[in-house]
Amino acid sequence: MPIFNIVIAGVGGQGVLMASRVLAESALASGLDVKQNEVHGMAQRGGSVISFVRIGEEVASPVVTPGTADLLISFEPLEALRYIHYLKPAGRLVYNRVPINPSTVASGLAVYPPDVEQQIAAICPEAKGVEALSIAREAGNGKAVNMVMVGTVMKHLPLDEEVITEVVKQVSKDKGVEVNLKALAGGAAA
Amino acid sequence: MKKIISGNEAIALGFTDAGGVFASGYPGTPSTETLEEVARLGEVYCEWAANEKVALEAAIGASIAGGRSLATMKHVGVNVAADALLTLSYTGVNAGLILMVADDPGMHSSQNEQDSRNYARFAKVPLLDPADSQDAYDMVRAGFEISERFDTPVMLRTTTRISHAKGVVVPGEKLAPRIGDWQKEVPKYVMLPNFARQRHVVVEERMLALREFAETTPLNRVEMRDTELGIVTSGVAYQHAREAFPNASILKLGLAHPLPERKIREFAGSVRKLVVVEEMDGIFEEQIRAMGIEVAVGKDKLPLCGEINADLLRAALDGGEVAAPAPVEGLPQRPPVFCPSCAHRGLFTILSKLKVFVSGDIGCYTLGALPPMGAMHSVIDMGASISAAHGMAKVNTIAGRAQKPVAVIGDSTFFHSGMTGLLSMAFNGGDALVIIMDNRTTGMTGGQENPGTGRTLEGQPTRQVEMVPLVKALGIDNVFELNTYDLAATEAAIKKGLETPGPYVLIDRNPCILRYRIRKPAMTVDQEKCTGCRACLKVACMALGLTATGEKPKVRIDPNVCNGCGVCGQMCKFDAMHEIEGANNANL
Repeated sequence: MPIFNIVIAGVGGQGVLMASRVLAESALASGLDVKQNEVHGMAQRGGSVISFVRIGEEVASPVVTPGTADLLISFEPLEALRYIHYLKPAGRLVYNRVPINPSTVASGLAVYPPDVEQQIAAICPEAKGVEALSIAREAGNGKAVNMVMVGTVMKHLPLDEEVITEVVKQVSKDKGVEVNLKALAGGAAA
Repeated sequence: MKKIISGNEAIALGFTDAGGVFASGYPGTPSTETLEEVARLGEVYCEWAANEKVALEAAIGASIAGGRSLATMKHVGVNVAADALLTLSYTGVNAGLILMVADDPGMHSSQNEQDSRNYARFAKVPLLDPADSQDAYDMVRAGFEISERFDTPVMLRTTTRISHAKGVVVPGEKLAPRIGDWQKEVPKYVMLPNFARQRHVVVEERMLALREFAETTPLNRVEMRDTELGIVTSGVAYQHAREAFPNASILKLGLAHPLPERKIREFAGSVRKLVVVEEMDGIFEEQIRAMGIEVAVGKDKLPLCGEINADLLRAALDGGEVAAPAPVEGLPQRPPVFCPSCAHRGLFTILSKLKVFVSGDIGCYTLGALPPMGAMHSVIDMGASISAAHGMAKVNTIAGRAQKPVAVIGDSTFFHSGMTGLLSMAFNGGDALVIIMDNRTTGMTGGQENPGTGRTLEGQPTRQVEMVPLVKALGIDNVFELNTYDLAATEAAIKKGLETPGPYVLIDRNPCILRYRIRKPAMTVDQEKCTGCRACLKVACMALGLTATGEKPKVRIDPNVCNGCGVCGQMCKFDAMHEIEGANNANL
């Protein structure tokens, strides 16, 4: 199989790294090679976060370069637009439709683009917006947005849904198992 | 069993599995998780040191006493530890000693992007350059073997894309902790000039022996494929080269210093075109050219600044442009920001208002330099805030300017190397206002323990240093506490400090809300009272936003984000902000 490149984008605190871990562990459980890499450090909370997951029989570089991602999963619309150039021409984009204000907007220095979804659609007509926050809340916790987003892309991954579900069970803390599995299923049905 | 772990985790596991006995370090991205993982694994003693020099010196002591030891730090930390490192090269080791240093090409969270391979050459010590998590795991064991066989410290150098990238690792056989005899060898460990002169000869002989070792060690591996193109590379650059040119022959340098000259010659002779692929400085290229070997492509085409990747390599070698789509322009930036209800917010709101010169330091509070605060005007290195402010104050006095500078520093940074600056300022009759933001953690790297937290890295309770007596002991008489959640009191305290001649220290003791998980009732905005004046937006809080676009939209607070510090409310002249009442409050 050719290498499958995934980019996950979002805001610090949304659980981008946990979602990346689920995909990476699922790849390992499927007998594939995987490299996962993210940039963090400066941003404790509220900064832009981007993570790469590369899945294949043999994966060398840990970095996805612009124009090569098979799949972009964004936990926030503006972040989808910020990293949309990572997609390859036929790449797939799924994003959470719930916006989060950057500090530049919160302090009145910049305006959140009102037409962010139209801009996304203009570049990637097949892009799919998901109401991830309400799905997560229905599952029992608004913080499960990350598992909802994993659910939305499950059928597009070179991985079995059963394997991903099993990994979610393993990596969730006791109380979170049920919520996370509901969120995953909610995302898959969206 | 196979597992997916980061390079940092792999080094920690490698250390635990390779007979490690003692580990010390100072947190610094991207190195931090290594020691945290050693602590989590819970098998080997580990500790945070006050700074990198102390960490390396403790590791030296552990090695002399017979324990395999590890010191961890980021690249700029080696500058702090360099004094110890360059003499450690002379003494050599007893049990194996590894200095793990994490470089940050691209400066994801660093003040410069220095290439630590230069330090290996400078200090005349071998350097291992892992290319993925498995390499990182294996090279700890190889590093100890080299360290003990050649009586030398070994540098294990990673970069951000090794330290933080996760890959598959198959762990090796686990060794028991290795503790040998405590060595009393005066001419080897007492670096008086007479002994040191003899040791310098030993260092040079050791380098010759290591050069021979470099020729035969499997750490330096030739992968022969198509002979049209041959690539000499190491570290993560090896992975980018594999990706960009899967058919090329590669000489992968796992031991990146000293270089295997004969091996490089032989490899160069077996390919039509030799290319050197390395991130940051042209260290291999310079040495290979000095051997008289022709390098077809090197730093003439590849950048000296920032990271490289597969696309960039293809473009450089094929002579084309990087054919990647351009990012969408004009989007609002999403910079990192003080957490909702962080104690730093009140301080910088006032410093911004007072328009004083603020000499800053390394930590979360460095974000005070960004808009809309813009209240930090110099940041050099760990601990420099106080010493630089001292220099500024002296020049201001000479120039007849009545402008007292303000230094802002965190607790961990103060313990790291701020204390010596303050001692020097007291000693030399300085005239700066120093504000210590003592939030009882090392915030920016994720909330690590330090001498003020009352806990060790291993989670044991320990002596907790008190800031006020410490500052007094350094020679400062004017020491007062500050509560930065109270804007009026903060402003008054800072003004008093600026008006009072001589060194003056204010200490904010509000703890880090993220580290200590402090939750307060959320606030809301009375839309009847809000006039849309935007005064509250000056506090730059993620929880605040405008209700609409246009001329005078009102402000609203996102109750899911707000943590109820009330600083925004103190900016409001119309009394529009108050706590959400009772049961409706999501944070209660």
